[in-house]
This record gives sequence, C-alpha cells and structure tokens, in this order.
Amino acid sequence: MKVTLKIWRQPDAASPGAMHTYEVDKVSEDMSFLEMLDVLNEQLNAQGEDPVAFDSDCREGICGMCGLMINGQAHGPEVTTTCQLHMRSFKDGDEIVVEPWRSDAFPVLKDLVVDRGALDRIIQAGGFISVNTGSAPEAHSVPVPRDDAVRAFSAAACIGCGACVAACPNGSASLFLGAKITHLGELPQGQPERHSRVVDMVAQHDHEGFGGCTNIGECTAACPKEIPLDVISQLNRDLRTALVHGR
Amino acid sequence: MASPIDPSHSTPTNEPPVQVSDDAQGYYVPGEPLVDPRTPTGPIKDRWTTRKFENRLVNPANRRKLSIIIVGTGLAGGAAAATLGEAGYNVKSFCYQDSPRRAHSIAAQGGINAAKNYKEDGDSTHRLFYDTVKGGDYRSRESNVYRLAEVSANIIDQCVAQGVPFAREYGGLLDNRSFGGVQVSRTFYARGQTGQQLLIGAYQAMERQVAAGTVTEYTRHEMLELIVADGRARGIIARNMVTGEIETHLADVVVLASGGYGNVFYLSTNAMGSNVTATWRAHRKGAYFANPCYTQIHPTCIPVSGSHQSKLTLMSESLRNDGRIWVPKKKADCDKDPRQIPEQDRDYYLERIYPSFGNLVPRDIASRGAKNVCDEGRGVGPEVDGVRRGVYLDFADSIARLGEDAVREKYGNLFDMYKQITGENPYEVPMRIYPAVHYTMGGLWVDYDLQSSIPGLFVTGEANFSDHGANRLGASALMQGLADGYFVLPNTIREYLADGPFDALDESHPAVAEAKKSVEDRVQHFLSTNGTRSVDSYHRELGNIMWEYCGMERTEDGLKKAIDLIRGLREDFWRNVKVLGTADSLNQSLEKAGRVADFFELGELMCIDALNRRESCGGHFRAESQTEDGEALRHDDQFAYVAAWEFGGDGAQPVLHKEDLVYTAIEMKQRSYK
Repeated sequence: MKVTLKIWRQPDAASPGAMHTYEVDKVSEDMSFLEMLDVLNEQLNAQGEDPVAFDSDCREGICGMCGLMINGQAHGPEVTTTCQLHMRSFKDGDEIVVEPWRSDAFPVLKDLVVDRGALDRIIQAGGFISVNTGSAPEAHSVPVPRDDAVRAFSAAACIGCGACVAACPNGSASLFLGAKITHLGELPQGQPERHSRVVDMVAQHDHEGFGGCTNIGECTAACPKEIPLDVISQLNRDLRTALVHGR
Repeated sequence: MASPIDPSHSTPTNEPPVQVSDDAQGYYVPGEPLVDPRTPTGPIKDRWTTRKFENRLVNPANRRKLSIIIVGTGLAGGAAAATLGEAGYNVKSFCYQDSPRRAHSIAAQGGINAAKNYKEDGDSTHRLFYDTVKGGDYRSRESNVYRLAEVSANIIDQCVAQGVPFAREYGGLLDNRSFGGVQVSRTFYARGQTGQQLLIGAYQAMERQVAAGTVTEYTRHEMLELIVADGRARGIIARNMVTGEIETHLADVVVLASGGYGNVFYLSTNAMGSNVTATWRAHRKGAYFANPCYTQIHPTCIPVSGSHQSKLTLMSESLRNDGRIWVPKKKADCDKDPRQIPEQDRDYYLERIYPSFGNLVPRDIASRGAKNVCDEGRGVGPEVDGVRRGVYLDFADSIARLGEDAVREKYGNLFDMYKQITGENPYEVPMRIYPAVHYTMGGLWVDYDLQSSIPGLFVTGEANFSDHGANRLGASALMQGLADGYFVLPNTIREYLADGPFDALDESHPAVAEAKKSVEDRVQHFLSTNGTRSVDSYHRELGNIMWEYCGMERTEDGLKKAIDLIRGLREDFWRNVKVLGTADSLNQSLEKAGRVADFFELGELMCIDALNRRESCGGHFRAESQTEDGEALRHDDQFAYVAAWEFGGDGAQPVLHKEDLVYTAIEMKQRSYK
C-alpha cells in the first residue's frame, strides 16, 4: 500500500517546527509503524535529506521509549505502544499525521523526540521504598494477600511512556503518578512512606508543569498497558489522608 | 542429578586440556596461558564468604572522596549504582536511552531463579550451582557459578522489600514455577513481565540515590571511548546525544554494565540500541574479550515477515509444553493453508528424531532442527530472500484436548502478542516460529572479583563472560545481573578502591586527550565520508553474514568465508557509508554508524573464536564435531578452557590466551536428550 505522511519536523528545541509531507510506497501490512518510518528514513537518506528522528528501543512494547501522536491519538488507533502498531491498521491511500507527544512538560528535542525527564524526577521525589541493599528481611516474613499483589502488579505494569500525558487535555500525569502510588501503596512494604510519598510526588508533578486531573479519562483510554482510572482515585484518597495527617 | 562429589572437595576432577586441532591457524597469535589472579581457594561453599572477608573495607568517610562511573542502567548497572550510592560513593551513571528505566533487562519475560527451596522439592544452592554448570555445558567457572547460586536467595529478599510484585499464592506467599527443563520449581516471576518488575525495582532504588545526591544520571549519553591512564581505567569519553558534545568524565574506577552484543546479527531479540561499543572500545584498550562465539539462539520467536524487519520478538518457550512443532513433508505443501494438510503429510520432526524429549528438547537442539528443515526447503510462511523461514507450532491438539479456554488461561497474553504482530489468530491457525539470537554468553574477561584485564575496569551482567559458560539456562540472566549489581560488585570493588582515591587526573593528560581526539576523528570521518550506502544497509548485510556462517551451525569453510566477507564489507563501509546531519545535534544515523563500525570488528573476532573452537558445546555447534546421530560433541580434552582474546592492533591478528577450566566440585559429563 501507499501512505502519505504528515510529520512534525523540528531541528532542535530552540528552533520552530513545521509539518512536512512525505509519501511512502510499497508498505507491507506486516510492517510495524516504526518499520514503515525506517523505510521512510532510508528513502530520505538516499535523497540526501536528514532522516526523521524518533525514539524506540525494545520494539516489543515494554520499554516505554517509543511514543507518537498518530492522527491525534497517543500511540495511534489501537490500544498498544507505537512499536506494536502495525500497518494493517491502515489502508492504501491513507494520510497519516505524525506528531511528537504534546505537553509543555515534555519539550521537543528534535522532530518526534521529546524529553520525558520530568517523569524520572517524579520518581526521585518518592516513587520508591527506602530499603538499602542487604538490609532486606527474608522474603516470606511478610505475606501479601494475593489480591493486593495482583492489584499492585496491574499498576506496576506502567511503562512510563507518557501517553497518558499526551492524551490528557490538561496535560496531567495523574495516571502515571497514580499507578506508582497504587503499586507501592498496595503492598505492606510500601506503608511506612505512604503519606510522605504521595505528598512529595504530587508536589513534584505540579512543579514540573503537568496539569491537574479533571476525570476526563483520556489517559486510561490511551494507556497501552490499560492502567485503570481508579489508580487516580487511590492517589486522591492517599493525598487527602496524608494532608489530614498533616504531612 | 546432583554430583556425588563432595562440595568441600578441592582437588581437580579433570585433566588440563591440550588442544590438538588448529583450525584458526593464520588468523591469530598464540599468547601466554591465563590464570585468574583472584581465583579463590578452599572448599567451594566457603570461597565467597572468605573473599568478602579478605577484601579490604573502605571507611565511610573515604567513600565520599571516591568516584565510580557505571555505564548501563539495566539490572547489573542499575542495581550497582543504587547499592554503591547507598554506600556513599560518588556514582555517575550513563545510559543511551532517555531514562534508566528503558534498559533492555526490562524485556525479560520468564522469571528469575533462586535457590530458596520454598517448594521443598530438593532444591539447594548446590543444585542450582550444578544445574547452571551443566546447562553451560561445562564451560563456565565453577567458583563464579557457585557464588551466583549462593547469593540468589538474597536477591529475592531484596526485591520483595523494594516492592517488586512477584506472583503469589492465595496464602500470600511467593509462587514458583519450573523453567528451562530443570526438575525443581525455583523460578520467581511476575506474570510475563519479570524483567520489567525487577528493573523498575532497581531503577527506583537508583532514583532514590539520585535524590539523595550520591548518584548523578547522564541519560542520552553514549560511551564512545575508555580512558586508560598510567595503567588504570580512569574514565570515559561520552557523547551527549542531544547536543552532540563530546564529554570527558573521570573517576577512580569504571564499571561496564552495558549488556550483550546480539545485535551483531542485525536481527535479534535485543533492543534497537543494544550495542557492543562500550565493551569493544575497552577491548581495544586492553581488556580481553572471552568466548565471543558463545551465542544463545532461542527457538521460539516470531519469524521474519519481510526485508523491512527491524527486530525479532521472543515468545516464551513455555509454549513448547503444549504446542506441537511440524513442517510439511512435501515442499509442494509449504504455501498451503496448514489446516488443509492432512496428518500423514506432516512431519513432526522433533518428535520423530527425539522420541523421548520430543518438542521439549533444549533450545539449541530445537533451533537447529528448525534451521535444518527450512534449509531443506520445507519451511513455511512468507518467502524472504527466496527462502521460507518458519515452522508451525500447532495448538490444535491441545485445544481439542483441554479446550480453548484452558489454553487461553495458560497462554492468552502470548497468543494476543502473536496476533498483534502477525495478524493471524493462533487459536485457529498454527503459529509460525523460527529461532532468533537472544543472548550472548561471551563478553569481557573478568577475574573472580569481576575486574577485567585492565586494572580499575570492572564488568558486570551480560557484558562479562563468566557465569553461563557456553549456554545460559532460562531465568538465569536476571539472576546474574542482579547478583553482580547488588551483591558481588559492591563487595569486590572495595578491594580496588581501598587504594584510592587515585591521583587526580587532568583533562590535559595525554591519555585523555588521545581518547577524546579519537572519538572526534571518528565522528568527523563518518560525517565527511559522504558515500552512497546507509548505515542500516551495512548492518543488515553484516547480520546476514553472521547468521549464515556464525549462527546456529558453524563450519571451518563457512567461518573462513565469513571472515573474508566481513573484511571486504568493513572496508567498503569505511569508504562508502552515508551519514547525514551534523555532529552537534541529535543524529541517530551517526549513533548507529559508530555501533556498526564496532560490530564489524567484533563479528570477525567471533568467527575466529568459533573457528578455533573445533568442538560443539552449548550454543556453539561445529558441524565437524558431532556424534553419529548428529548430536553436539564436546572435546573436554582439548577445549575445557576460556578463550580470552587480546586486541592485537588495527589490522593485526588477535592474541589468544587460554584459561583452563578446573572443576573440583563437579564432574564433567556429556548430555543426551534422545
């Protein structure tokens, strides 16, 4: 099949960007979306035009490095990561608009590559359990109810790709934040720091320039790992409890 | 079965090897024998405890004055950064990705082994040790493997305390499964995302140290050169991948935790960015590269669908428990709908050749079987470059026996992933699978303390060579990465650091200036060559050569041919590569050019190593060394050694140093799966 791509090109963070139109022919439906972009880049390279910069690493849907707005949807039309989206989701003659994640907190570095360092800094603010290597008790000393472990796991499945932020009209990272609060808050090991964690992480989230949550739910619809919206309820509940306790 | 040999025994059970064949004559220079200067002595079960006591301590006040560079943030690098940061050292952590959490450890699916014996099924440190040495086909160091088994239980404790959500039973205790053909259940797991959960645990521990100020992270930074000054590794040259700036980072010690080199094959299950540059640049500066030919090829991956393919996706080999592998008996049937091919026209070749193990034969045997039937022209699926490379993995019998729901319960997520990638529904049509490069057991040579042949350069995780021998068991990569990062390196690096801090090094030191200039020259070369071929096209061609001649089955003639082809292609690459863009910006073609340049040199060394090793062991199968039945045949009398290669200089032959493998706690045996 043949597709027409409208792609955001921006040389660096300081320069203005614009949409450019390219055509890619002989696209196989078995290609992943990123492999189709690889083909475009080979084409551009041959023509002497700078290839389009985009992030990807594992290309199996788990590292969270890839992420594009495709026709206005984070990761495109399927509930999956951009690397797992295949061209069979498109048809011959389609025009496809490709943009970087849209968020003030994720500045564009070049073309489709953005800086998601803000998410690391939110984790630095408290997204951990303070236990030094070697000081851990025997693993079976604290049983964890299976349902709690399952819920913790479901939240821990977050890959930190930032699709929730890109999809949110407010540019909020509440789903990312709620996922970590829920992951650690569901486990007995996470209890001692439960209050300080939520207060510190929320403060960092706001400081980074992410917006507030108004329960629109675009985040969970775009999430390739289907993190449920109720992690944000848990985030709010934990925050309220922490504030009541004067943290 | 466990060896009857007493683990406290300390006299060798094997004779030193004497190599008779010399297939690689003319391709290498024989070097002095190599002995691990830090090899521990005494009863095997006490060796690690003794070493931890012998290694000197560093006073907490002095730790603040000592700096450590760690390259890579996977399980080995992330865990080490966290632990050394907690101890109070100044750690600088580097990764090429945009966040430490992206490292490719994250993609490991199956699980992590640990000798907890929670199932009371007869597991023990000694049994895990025994299984790992046997699985590695007696080509690993026994002291290192014993230590790995010994610290495995601590890893689980640490990860649980960090909040890693392992699978649990209804009583709230941890669940285990059996994995990779062993007879005990010792594998801890978190659905099919164990690597992700363990990595996030290490990442969070590391981010905590970033907040505490002990760890500084440098993301989107790629190490391009090692600085060796006055005989010690003292820093790295890294490129800031956003601004293009070539930066000098100095420290008292350097740790490489930069992963494996499977991407030399172009297509592998590695991440797109996984590369050999960090370890290869160190090799060129004097670090020996050990057993580079040991590559693990995983039998159950999704086949290549066309020449656009950029990477391969692994599917858990647990699928082989219920799926039956077959190809058509007749070539004419290869493009038919498999459901229309009657039973008598199908060849269940593994069941036919290996009646007792059938579809559950070890990874290398299953992989070679698939290659053989496809080479005969009986492969299935799309034709790529004129050959169909795929075999069926058919669940029809299991679905008929157990019902579709039961199969979905067991393998639902894998079936979904398969459908997402291929567009085919495996509940209705047989899956197609084909082997793919998955893991590299070879790596930089290290002593028992994980120090390379360059003082002050330590190497951990997949980047080193020591623990998996010629073949790695399932669920052991995660174990080794975290063992090295959390428990081994922090206890061995202090012996080296106890002599520090070392004399402050200036950026004007000749060794620093030389390293920086060589990086700048290389960047300049790529950008000014202005040839006609893209980096990817060279990488793909190199990968094809490696896969064809240094893949699942290797021959003397094929390897010699590969070496010639690689040399020719490399020369063309340096003259004719086309890299656009500038040095001072984000430039992904430039990044790839540097990596591919190093893959060329590595690929040649892998072929020379494979040529020299005229035996079949683990993942290395030499066609000249097989039994009458076509099974792998080891030659312990000739090759029970580690091949540690020293860089001989550009255009010069590498130097081979042999480290004999001595077993005191275990006896060598040939394996059989018929």
